Amino acid sequence: MKLKTLLLIALILFLLFLPVLGGKYLLYMAIHILILSVFALGFNLLLGYTGLLSFGQAGFFAIGSYACAKILLITPSLLLGIIAGTLAGGISALILGYFCVRHTRIYFSMLTLSFGMMIYSLAWKWREVTGGDDGLVGIPRAPLEIPGVFSINMSSMGNYYYFVLIFSLIAIFIIYQIVNSPFGLTLKGIRDSENRVAYAGISIRTYRLLSFTIAGLYAGLAGSFLPPLENTVTPPIAHWTHSAEPVMVTLLGGIHTFSGPIVGSILFYIIKDIIVRFTQYWLILFGSIVILLVLVFRGGVVIFFFEKILPWFKRK
Amino acid sequence: MLEKLIFQGLIGLSLSMYLWLLAAGLTLVFGVLGVLNFAHGSLFMLGAYATFTFYGKLGLNFWLSILLSLVSVGIIGAILERFFFRRIYEIDLPYQLILTFGFILIFDDLVKMLWGGVAMIPPLPNFFEGHFQIVGRSFPYYNLFIIFAGAAVALLLWLTLEKTWWGRMIRASASDREMANAIGINIPLLFTTVFVFSAMLAALGGALGTPVRVVAPGIGTAMIIQAFVITVIGGLGNLKGAFVGALIVGILTSFGILLFPIFEMFIAFVVMAVVLMVKPEGLFGK
Repeated sequence: MKLKTLLLIALILFLLFLPVLGGKYLLYMAIHILILSVFALGFNLLLGYTGLLSFGQAGFFAIGSYACAKILLITPSLLLGIIAGTLAGGISALILGYFCVRHTRIYFSMLTLSFGMMIYSLAWKWREVTGGDDGLVGIPRAPLEIPGVFSINMSSMGNYYYFVLIFSLIAIFIIYQIVNSPFGLTLKGIRDSENRVAYAGISIRTYRLLSFTIAGLYAGLAGSFLPPLENTVTPPIAHWTHSAEPVMVTLLGGIHTFSGPIVGSILFYIIKDIIVRFTQYWLILFGSIVILLVLVFRGGVVIFFFEKILPWFKRK
Repeated sequence: MLEKLIFQGLIGLSLSMYLWLLAAGLTLVFGVLGVLNFAHGSLFMLGAYATFTFYGKLGLNFWLSILLSLVSVGIIGAILERFFFRRIYEIDLPYQLILTFGFILIFDDLVKMLWGGVAMIPPLPNFFEGHFQIVGRSFPYYNLFIIFAGAAVALLLWLTLEKTWWGRMIRASASDREMANAIGINIPLLFTTVFVFSAMLAALGGALGTPVRVVAPGIGTAMIIQAFVITVIGGLGNLKGAFVGALIVGILTSFGILLFPIFEMFIAFVVMAVVLMVKPEGLFGK
C-alpha cells in the first residue's frame, strides 16, 4: 500500500513538472494519454466493475467532441464547451442506455456497437450539423474564463496541458470515489452474481443504467478535450474501431484494477510512438501484441507487476 | 412507381446476396464454435484482394481466380483456427472479441503494405458485360448472376447441413459439444473444417464483389458491422435467420438510399435495435 502511495505522488509530481521537462510534442502526447485514460476509466466502470462490454463508447466520445466544438464555434468559452460536451455524452448515454441495459453479454455488446455506428453514420451524413466527412474545422482553443472573474489564455500547449491535467485528475479522483462507494460495491455485486443482488431488493437495471450514464459522461468529457487541441472534429472518432481503443488499453492494463486503464493508455502511446519510428505499419505489431496479451497474460500489466515482478524483486 | 419499386428491390436483392455470403460464415462459426469473429470481415477483404491479384493483376481466368482465392483464404482460416482461435473457446467474451480484433489490425495493415492504400476495381469479365431490360430499365447481368449465386450457395449450404454426414456432425456438436465428443466425433478437427468453410464463404463474398465493388483497405471493417446487424436480426448462430436478415438489410438499404439518403445505414441499425428490444434472441433464435 505504501509503495502505491509513493508511486502516485511521484507520478503526479512528474506530471506537474512535465512542461519544464519536455517540449511541445511530449505535452501533445501527454494530453492524448490523459484523454484516453479518462475515456477508458469510464469504460472500465462498465466492463471491470459492472461486467458489461460496450463496443460503442466512441459514439458518446464523438457526441462530446461535436457538442464541445459547436459551442466553441458559437461562443469562445472553454469551460462552457467542456461542460456541454460532458453533459451531451452523459445525456445521450442515459437515453440509449435505457435500451442497452435490458441486455447483457454479447447482446449488450452488439446493441452498443450498433448505436455507436448509428452515431457514426449521423456524423457522416448529417452535413448541416456535423459538416459531413470534412468535419468541423477552425475550432478555437478558447481561453478559460469566467467573465468578470478571471481569464487564462490557452493558446500555449503548456497551459492547455495543465487544463486537461487538472480536469482529468479531478475526474479520476471522482471515479475512484465512485468505485469504492456502496454504489461501486453494488456494481461489483451485479457483475459477480446478478441474482443475489436482485434478491437483496436492488433494481439491477437502474444500477446498470447509472453505470452506463457515468461511462457516457466520461466519454463525453474525454471527447470534449479533443476539439480545442486539434482544432477540428471528423467522423472517424465515432467509428467502432475507435470504440476498440478503450477496450484494448483496459485489457492491456488489466480490467480488475483501478489503475489498469491509465497504465494501459500510457503503454498504448509509448508502444505506438516506438513502433512508428521504425515502420508506418505499426498496427501489424500492435495487433500482434494484443493477440499475445490475450493468449499469454490475461490479467493485464498491473496485476502482472504486483504479483510477479514485485515479489521477485523482494526476494532478491 | 411500381417499376421503381421492383427495380430498387432487385438492386437490394443483389446487395443482400453479398451480405448473406458474409453473414452465413459468421453465424455458422458462432453457432458451432461459439466465437463471434470480428476478423470475419477481414477474410472477406482478403478474398477480394486475392481475386483482384489473380484475376485483375495476373490476368488468370475469372473462375480459376475465384477458386484460387477460396483456397488461399481457406489456408489462412486453417492457420487462424488451429493456432489461435482454438485457445480462446473457453475464455471470457471481451478477450475473445479483442483477440479477433487484433487480427483486423494485422490484416488491414498487411493489405496496405502489400497492395497500397488506394481503392481499385478490375474490369468486368467479358461474358458478364451488358444489361437486360426489365420494367423499362436496364439491369446489369452481373447483378442477376450474384442473385443466383447467393441463392445457390444458400441451397447448397442447406443440403450440406441437412443431408451429408459432415452436416450432421456439425449440427450435433452445435447442439451439444460434449455429447458429440462422447459419441466419437473429432471435435477439434470438425471445428477446423467449419472455420475453414466459413472463411471460404467470406472469401467468396469478397471475390464475387471484386468486379463491381471497390477493393480497398477497410472494406472488411465496414462489412463486418453489416454482417453483425444481420446475424443479430436473424438470431446469432442461425443460418435461416442470417438469410432472412440479409434480405431485410439489403432491401431496406436499397430503398433507404431513395427515401432517406441521410439515414441509409441508419435504417438497418434501427431494425436491429427494434428486434433486440422486442425479441432479443433474434427473429429465428431459440
